[in-house]
Amino acid sequence: MRLGSGTFAACCVAIEVLGTAVFLRGFFPAPVRSSARTEHKEPPAPEPSAGASSNWTKLPPPLFSKVVIVLIDALRDDFVFGAKGVKFMPYTTYLVEKGAAHSFVAEAKPPTVTMPRIKALMTGSLPGFVDVVRNLNSPALLEDNVIKQAKAAGKRIIFYGDETWVKLFPKHFVEYDGTTSFFVSDYTEVDNNVTRHLDKVLKRGDWDILILHYLGLDHIGHISGPYSPLIGRKLSEMDSVLMKIHTALLSKERESSLPNLLVLCGDHGMSETGSHGASSTEEVNTPLVLISTAFERRPGDTRLPKHVQQTDLAATLAIGLGLPIPKDSVGSFLFPIVEGKSMREQLRFLHLNTVQLSKLLQENVPSYAKDPGFEQFKMSEKLHGNWIKLYLEENHSEVLFNLGTKVLRQYLDAMKILSLSLSTQVAQYDLYSMVVGTVMVVEVLTLLLLSIPQALCRKAQLEVPLSSPVFSLLFYLMFLVLSAVHVIVCTSAESSCYFCSLSWLAAGAVMLLISALLCAIVSALTKVFMDGSFLSKSPAHPDSRWSELDLLILFGTLGHVVSLGASSFVEEEHQTWYFLVNTLCLALSQEIYRSYFLGDSCEPQCHFPMDQGFDSLAPALQDRTGGGVSEHDKVHEGPSPFELLRGHERWMVLASPWLILTCCRLLRSLNQTGVQWAHRPDLGHWLTSSDHKAELSILAALSLLIIFVLVQRGCSSVSKAALALGLLGVYCYRAAIGNVLFPWQQGNRDISKGIIEARFVYVFVLGILFTGTKDLLKSQVLAADRKTKTVGLWEIYSGLVLLAALLFRPHNLPVLAFSLLIQTIMTKFIWKPLKHDAAEITVMHYWFGQAFFYFQGNSNNIATVDISAGFVGLDTYVEIPAMFLTAFGTYAGPVLWASHLVHFLSSQTSSSSALSHACFCYALICSIPVSTYIIFVTSLRYHLFIWSVFSPKLLYEGMHLLITAAICVFFTAMDQTSLTKS
Amino acid sequence: MGLQTKIALFPPRRLNCPLRCRCVSQISTHGNTMKDTDIKRLLYTHLLCIFSIILSVFIPSFFLENFSILETHLTWLCICSAFVTAVNLLLYLVVKPTASSKKSSLSHKITRFLKCCIYFLMSCFSFHIIFVLYGAPLIELVLETFLFAVILSTFTTVPCLCLLGPNLKAWLRVFSRNGVTSIWENSLQITTISSFVGTWLGALPIPLDWERPWQVWPISCTLGATFGYVAGLVISPLWIYWNRKQLTYKNN
Repeated sequence: MRLGSGTFAACCVAIEVLGTAVFLRGFFPAPVRSSARTEHKEPPAPEPSAGASSNWTKLPPPLFSKVVIVLIDALRDDFVFGAKGVKFMPYTTYLVEKGAAHSFVAEAKPPTVTMPRIKALMTGSLPGFVDVVRNLNSPALLEDNVIKQAKAAGKRIIFYGDETWVKLFPKHFVEYDGTTSFFVSDYTEVDNNVTRHLDKVLKRGDWDILILHYLGLDHIGHISGPYSPLIGRKLSEMDSVLMKIHTALLSKERESSLPNLLVLCGDHGMSETGSHGASSTEEVNTPLVLISTAFERRPGDTRLPKHVQQTDLAATLAIGLGLPIPKDSVGSFLFPIVEGKSMREQLRFLHLNTVQLSKLLQENVPSYAKDPGFEQFKMSEKLHGNWIKLYLEENHSEVLFNLGTKVLRQYLDAMKILSLSLSTQVAQYDLYSMVVGTVMVVEVLTLLLLSIPQALCRKAQLEVPLSSPVFSLLFYLMFLVLSAVHVIVCTSAESSCYFCSLSWLAAGAVMLLISALLCAIVSALTKVFMDGSFLSKSPAHPDSRWSELDLLILFGTLGHVVSLGASSFVEEEHQTWYFLVNTLCLALSQEIYRSYFLGDSCEPQCHFPMDQGFDSLAPALQDRTGGGVSEHDKVHEGPSPFELLRGHERWMVLASPWLILTCCRLLRSLNQTGVQWAHRPDLGHWLTSSDHKAELSILAALSLLIIFVLVQRGCSSVSKAALALGLLGVYCYRAAIGNVLFPWQQGNRDISKGIIEARFVYVFVLGILFTGTKDLLKSQVLAADRKTKTVGLWEIYSGLVLLAALLFRPHNLPVLAFSLLIQTIMTKFIWKPLKHDAAEITVMHYWFGQAFFYFQGNSNNIATVDISAGFVGLDTYVEIPAMFLTAFGTYAGPVLWASHLVHFLSSQTSSSSALSHACFCYALICSIPVSTYIIFVTSLRYHLFIWSVFSPKLLYEGMHLLITAAICVFFTAMDQTSLTKS
Repeated sequence: MGLQTKIALFPPRRLNCPLRCRCVSQISTHGNTMKDTDIKRLLYTHLLCIFSIILSVFIPSFFLENFSILETHLTWLCICSAFVTAVNLLLYLVVKPTASSKKSSLSHKITRFLKCCIYFLMSCFSFHIIFVLYGAPLIELVLETFLFAVILSTFTTVPCLCLLGPNLKAWLRVFSRNGVTSIWENSLQITTISSFVGTWLGALPIPLDWERPWQVWPISCTLGATFGYVAGLVISPLWIYWNRKQLTYKNN
């Protein structure tokens, strides 16, 4: 079967997407879970005793009558324990230093995003990484947790704050008021909505647990970072809230016999730039303060807050409230809270917690008996029994106390080790699914690499050996072997495996696909060897030397791919791309200068390096010889490419690489991303600070103007008008939501959501896209001239530009303007005069697209995804449009460059197969990093940074592949229209 | 023989020089032995350059206290740059003086020298600009960046100025494909390119989080440039020796 290389590439990418999806499903493991169902109630473990029977078989009674949890989003440890705490939170500082309180630094595990953190606090388990992706629409929490236990025990729970809680625990609260966390620009109202209930609730006192989740601090962090003056004000506000609650609790305590407990904690910290999601110390360390009159404090006893895990809170709360410890909890309860109790009670609590942990270990680790924590637990349980026996014999001597202390220490050790080994063993990877996914992806990549010579030949068509596998023995053998392997793996595996849970039909189809791909690879390989032996007899092509640009492209691609194996290079991937793009510009300038100054005097073979395509192998050269020579001659006989240009244009040609370099340097200082240098001051933060609103407005307006000037030249008059109105609408939208100002509007106006303005722009976006599609269809159906098609493509491109302008934050509008500027310069002064071939132009577009992805302020960290783009013009969170808009907003750079590529190549009349070549190259250059990265991640799956660095990048790569697939389909569609026409 | 070697060492810049044509025929008759002695000379001069760089590492520690490449990096940069420039000039003066003095007056020499200085400064500034475009901080660490530009100019521009003089056309010729006309130009091409490549590769370890002292801007790059230069000095005689059969200089 003959296929165009574009179609072939699109099919390959589609299969790759499938493979990556299977891999991702296997890679992101299911978290450690207890297999026992929560419905089925187990009796609490009885107290161990040697011989004598203990009378303590029930759960111990609660330690506290009322518990108030004040969770302040993004509360970093130094906001309470550091200089800021002393300055802005005097009451809390007093309690921490002098009062009856225990303070800890609770370490949150990455991903430091709110929903997984809430889950960790309430279940004590470590949520899987997939929770981040599900963060946007949090489903109800099904695992065993403190809230559920409390409700089952008949406690009345009241909640005010982030509505994530309401979604996680539906019907658990007797009273609640959820505030939405997505309107980040609001940081006063969101907290007032919580505090306004306080007086009433504290006076009533008809509740057992009160949970308050304050979002304001996190919002301030997102807007202006941890050094903003707003932080201090917010902290003082929080301090007064704490004081109010504490005094109310103290006055309530006189009525009841048990003391009350006030918990102050944060869900995650705040990085130096004010965001969160990764694993820097500032993001991970949160304060945890337990305040209660039950905690005795000797005067003058000042100690540094101890480091504990965030997951410890669930067990602590369960013990404090007299509830069973959540089954999946990997935390160990904070021992200081029971320090005032009798030895027997202390041991009882320790025993309960260790029993729970060891049960979890037994269920999740096959070789649990060899675990040092488990051995320690068994030993201390035995000792504990002896102690109980002695105790029940009324032996209150020194010996009993000493033995008790020993048991206590052993229990604490056992608990620590158990907790540690459970949290390191977060989950097992589903290796089988991972291998299946990897095999698919790698096979596709091999096929792509092997078909380079054919695909990049002049005809841009290749023979896909589809019929031969159906009749080959190898295919059937492979299929049988794979099916056998599947059956064996699925019947023998103890752990759950995603690929086995698929239906037999789907699994069989995947196996068929794998074996078909293998056969295709084998036949392609034999063909290459046959051709190779044929080629070696013929004389080598004289022109086979690669130009510097080709070498740079080849080594740049390889270098980038290799760099993905190092965590720092993944964190700082933007540096790689900026570096490569800069070098590309320098190489281009060298090429320009050489052909400008030496173009006339030099001999033919050094006159104009023939572009061989960066990766075309020897057979490709052979294939292209026929066309290559004629093209070659044409170049030499015709005038030098620069003689066609007029005077000032020649100067522009010489200056263009430097202009592009300057643009890139400016963009680079707009958004600092990555990890190491993310805290550096950048123009973006300067512009977004409220003092520089006027400058931001001017810059935004200027950028929109530049965008209009650069985009309108290719449009029809109708779309020109639509574009102008749309861009005006963008500015109005930004003014409406309070980001920029109109010159006549001084001071602060009331801020709206800007729904009308945004929808106004959407109408124009859709209108322009519609006109473009109409033109494309017309050019296909009526076989109109190429011009209609070019205009249609440009209109689609300008529609996308308008959409990006709407979604980008105002300080990012210059990125868009510069992107258009660079595209214009490159088109006019570099690609057209230097006559690069389609492969080179595609790679350059890809590199610039990647660089612009990072210029926008993205990084390989989940925290930098700008989710506010998903709410433009929407009243509430609607999943599908929000997802689409966020994805487009994030990948606007690569998408815009790719659509520019389509337009540029179809507007050039040079070669009919350029689009197919470009599609093939685009697919290849995107799939090389993805496939290699999948292999890297598989081999690095026990790396220390796998969750904080490599996993987010894997998600980004998966998303990028999906977008590449969409782009390739678009390419192929455009290619088809040109084929049908001709 | 003396004249021949001098000319072979530093080929004249004017293409229509009658003296040159005579030499060409002589050189071609001498054939391989000629080339071998040339390569030997090239090797010795290059060894001298490498020696000067090694000296710049060790000599200052006798005079300056607390001298080390990493801690007092800027001092080392200055010293190394001065040493390499001195050796290059020395070689130029020792081997070269008669070739152009025949036709040029003192004033011509001085203008030529001044021109060279201006070219050197210009190359420093343009390297500085390129570094900033590559992402070096604009305002902080200006001195570091500039000294980095100076050392890179020392490794690349100074030999070019010595060998080719302030003649942009000749530079462009040497650095374009097949434009080389002698062993010396060939080695110049190799050392210059390897210095650039070394600098380029030297930037790679900067994002790594190893927190080593040599990862600080611009130390890794300057070290990369130095290693690249030294590698070029070592490689170019060897490469020319290996390819001496294939190398034919068209205009020679």
